[in-house]
Amino acid sequence: MSKLGIIINGLIKENPTFVLLLGMCPTLGTTSSAINGMSMGLATMAVLICSNFVISCIKNLIPDKVHIPCYIVVIAGFVTVVQLLIKAYAPDVDAKLGLFIPLIVVNCVVLGRAESFAAKNGPVDSICDGVGIGLGFTVALTLIGLCRELLGAGTAFDLRLFPEQFGALTFVLAPGAFITLGFLVAIFNKVTKK
Amino acid sequence: MSYIVMIITAIFVNNIVLAQFLGICPFLGVSKKVDTAGWMGMAVLFVMLIATLVTYPIYYGVLVPFELGYMQTIIYILVIAALVQMVEIILKKTMPSLYSALGVFLPLITTNCTILGVAINVISKEYNLGEAMVYSLATALGFTLAMVLFAGIREQTAITKTPKAMEGTPIALITAGLLAMAFMGFSGVDKGLAQAFGL
Repeated sequence: MSKLGIIINGLIKENPTFVLLLGMCPTLGTTSSAINGMSMGLATMAVLICSNFVISCIKNLIPDKVHIPCYIVVIAGFVTVVQLLIKAYAPDVDAKLGLFIPLIVVNCVVLGRAESFAAKNGPVDSICDGVGIGLGFTVALTLIGLCRELLGAGTAFDLRLFPEQFGALTFVLAPGAFITLGFLVAIFNKVTKK
Repeated sequence: MSYIVMIITAIFVNNIVLAQFLGICPFLGVSKKVDTAGWMGMAVLFVMLIATLVTYPIYYGVLVPFELGYMQTIIYILVIAALVQMVEIILKKTMPSLYSALGVFLPLITTNCTILGVAINVISKEYNLGEAMVYSLATALGFTLAMVLFAGIREQTAITKTPKAMEGTPIALITAGLLAMAFMGFSGVDKGLAQAFGL
């Protein structure tokens, strides 16, 4: 598969949110607005690219029996790096995402890609896969955030489109997360599987 | 009294699945039957109590004195992964009946964000050990409650006819949304209780 093919594969055919349904916790928990969703997506993408690259470089050095704990340590290391960087340079993002940044460690997307792609392919391909899956995740989170923000508060990327009183607050709160994702997955199914 | 408010808040008002969005994977994955959902809840309860009991002293006994607070994520995930393995081995040897009920769920729990989430939460909320244990117990009960309720609804929706594109996960997500909406009815109960007890 070409490099571009790998990226597009991650973006559409194996979209982590709409097709594989992995990493649901941050998908629901951080998408109260488009910007929050996007920052979570980008943080996960950074971890995913770095961990995919490192794991595909060291895959032959790791004994097979302990490969999962080793992958988790690599991922946890990069999550800590990202967490400290966000705390230092974007404290307001840290305040909004809170607990969900350290929880990237247990996001099944990251470990799933390490296990199913990086452990079998070369470093460059693994970076491409990280970019593709990361982009797919970011686009999905931004889209969910955008829908919820628009329906709930009448804004898109903090830009006001209609008065706040017209929005259904439910969509910004917890139930809206489940319902929006449910309908988006249904639409994605309808469009892609004919 | 403050414990009662904390328990009610963690189970109903701030339910870990329906309000905090932690543990969605098992919530969607193992909720097709009420039995399995209940056992998964029990397994989470068991591991969560042990994990909090172990990680809490590690944070205050090892990480804080050596100024290694930033290593929290790495240490916690390793400790939890090792702990789950150990619990599995001990259960297998000492309580085979309990192991046969919970066994299949234990490996799944390592990557369950509720455990790591609660372990980090009790530190960031600065609870003492007693409060931390009560909080994790109540959170796990809230998780079990949400799982069992949701599984009950799913058993019903499984036998109804849904539009083709909505089959499976989409309809489950919308059901969960309605359940979350029902749980929103509890919001404010925690403040009322705190007032009633004069806290």
